[in-house]
Amino acid sequence: MTILAILNGHLIDPAAGVDGPKDILLKDGRVAEIASPGKLKSAADAQSLDAKGLTLAPGLIDIHVHLREPGQGYKETIATGTAAAAAGGFTAVAAMPNTTPVNDSTEITRWMQQPERGAKVRVFPIAAATRGSKGEVLSDYAALKSAGAVAVTDDGRPILKDNVMRETLVAAARAGLAVIQHAEDTRLTQGASMNLGPVSFKLGLRGMPPEAESALVERDIRLVTELRDSHAHLHVAHTSTAAALAAVRQARRNGLRVTCEVAPHHFLLTEEHVGLYNTHAKMNPPLRSAEDRDAMIDAILDGVVDAIATDHAPHATHEKEVEFELAPNGITGLETALGLCMRWLHKEWKLPLGRVLSLLSAQPAALLNLKGRGTLAVGSYADVVVFDPKAEWTYRATESLSKAKNTPFDGWTMQGKVRWTVSEGRVVYTNPA
Amino acid sequence: MNPTATSVRRKLSTPPVPTSSFPYHPGSLLSVLDLSVEGVSRVLARSTELELADPLIRDRILAKRRIALLFYESSTRTRTSFELAAKSLGADTTLVSSLSSSIEKGESLKDTGLTLRALGAEAIILRHNSSGAAWLLEESTRLPVINAGDGMHEHPTQALLDLRTILAHLRPGIREVGAETLAGVTVAIVGDILHSRVARSNMLLLPGLGAQVVLCGPKELLPEQAAKSSAGIAIERDFDKAIGQSQAIMMLRIQAERLSGLQLDLDQYKAAYQLTGQRLAAHAPAAIVMHPGPIIRGMEITAGVADGVQSTILEQVTNGVAIRMAVVERALVADEQGGRA
Repeated sequence: MTILAILNGHLIDPAAGVDGPKDILLKDGRVAEIASPGKLKSAADAQSLDAKGLTLAPGLIDIHVHLREPGQGYKETIATGTAAAAAGGFTAVAAMPNTTPVNDSTEITRWMQQPERGAKVRVFPIAAATRGSKGEVLSDYAALKSAGAVAVTDDGRPILKDNVMRETLVAAARAGLAVIQHAEDTRLTQGASMNLGPVSFKLGLRGMPPEAESALVERDIRLVTELRDSHAHLHVAHTSTAAALAAVRQARRNGLRVTCEVAPHHFLLTEEHVGLYNTHAKMNPPLRSAEDRDAMIDAILDGVVDAIATDHAPHATHEKEVEFELAPNGITGLETALGLCMRWLHKEWKLPLGRVLSLLSAQPAALLNLKGRGTLAVGSYADVVVFDPKAEWTYRATESLSKAKNTPFDGWTMQGKVRWTVSEGRVVYTNPA
Repeated sequence: MNPTATSVRRKLSTPPVPTSSFPYHPGSLLSVLDLSVEGVSRVLARSTELELADPLIRDRILAKRRIALLFYESSTRTRTSFELAAKSLGADTTLVSSLSSSIEKGESLKDTGLTLRALGAEAIILRHNSSGAAWLLEESTRLPVINAGDGMHEHPTQALLDLRTILAHLRPGIREVGAETLAGVTVAIVGDILHSRVARSNMLLLPGLGAQVVLCGPKELLPEQAAKSSAGIAIERDFDKAIGQSQAIMMLRIQAERLSGLQLDLDQYKAAYQLTGQRLAAHAPAAIVMHPGPIIRGMEITAGVADGVQSTILEQVTNGVAIRMAVVERALVADEQGGRA
């Protein structure tokens, strides 16, 4: 394993409380040394990257991506999805189990992590909470965990039955895993393709009421409250409504282990962005009202949100070039997350850089208990993103390393250009510029 | 919630909503909003000219031009009147319907449109069960597309023929329409507004000419958000009050095919919203009674009212041919100013 020194950069490591000029030395896939500029002791044999004027931070961690393998390789593969991740500064991604077949087994969980998949960055499988994600019979959490699963979920197919969700929370807590819920009472969203409101009425589209999300979040929190003694950890995926956030806020005040993530599109866009049936603005949960969007911003700024996660959901071009109601849900997100967070959360809304980075690395690592990730303290994994925080650039979907180009952010101005991404000591992305 | 955070947030700027710059073909008619008030006036005037024109001269206007009718839903009135309108102008028409074409084999709307274009279609008239389908077809083919009804969204030629019917009765002899032409006129739209593209197109068209629109129906079929669609729209749940203030009453069918699991008590519905002779005589003895069809006699309207003297239902059908001649001509012929309505 080569030894890599990253010199002359400015290190921001919120988890370690570091914010200053530092050189760092990466060896055997781990952080070996951190020192003031020019003071590394054992850098003699190291290859070096000159990070002058650039910021170094723990590699970003996205706890909600769809890599589509096994079974849907025409949309994305683990290789292409993680290449996009590396380009976006991510060094670890947690992959959802709604593959074909559903990842409810140790075989698939292991298969996803094999070197043959060609992953550029670390892939952490999230396993199905129930067999086939059918919401009936629980999977074997202890076995899945030992195979590498970091959480359980039936993402996209929410667990509606109270008793099954209760069993899931208890069993996952026993295994030391979080239960991630895609909160949607699907009985309220039949045939719906966007948020319910004036825009859906105008466009003649069936709408998903915000209550479909908040009611299930409230139900889940009620279950976690009842199960207080089993220390269940509920994580609310892609929170999109003010009401759901209010419920999470209250649960936290009550001392419950309830966490939540927000996707960039939900703190930036509203239902108005659907425009005239733009299928690149179709996802689930849908883009909501301006009030809901503003609630996401508030909750990020005042610390209720635990992580920014992209819900990277690649689809083939032909799948999105169809009638709005027929188009699959989802947009890509790995290459635009940092640029959007820097442009809006940091530059526009003045969230300190350290907190932006924490939402993208330290906090998601803590949330899924990813040991040695989300920090560059000595001994941690050598997962580093090196970026120019001031650089503005324009995102071009056609240049994406993902197989998919389904993004509403094509042509948007981004801030913060990734220069290098280093995964466990290997440079996995170099910006050609 | 933390009050400081709220006050800070109020000052935050957020990404702008993209203004729609959809690359319309100038001959397309996807929404009634594609027409300015002058444009509406021109279509109405032209429909009268074409209706009165010598059929042997009229059929040179689009002689041998190719127009495809692409129908994903069944239709009697709209399909036939578009076909007759196009043929009256001399065009060759071909009908592709979802049940007797490769659409059944899974061909996408985009590919179907491209295929029709490759076959020489110069314009496509589309009826589709999915809202927004006309935009997708226009984007895929860049041909002039006429929206003959997209899901629950719009049915612009229906609104135009409804307008022609209203004008014939309430503003007889008028030659041009403007933003005040229907000032003082109230039009009631009654029934299944939620699932109705006819309602949506009329709600966008009529207020632009000065009319008040009163929507009437039960909550399940008429959500409160409907009133926010544009200015000049109000909701009145009381049927008698709604028709009492209206000079035109537009009755709508309950769209059983779009109810999507919604349970309605039809007896209750009839009691509250069926237009009967008694009701009409008591509350709106002078109003015209419209219906876009198909009518379900004995459900939203009694046979007596449908066939009665106040009914304009068949007149609307006839007006459809005239309006569609003007709209089809507009799709393929730029007017003398080099522009279109």
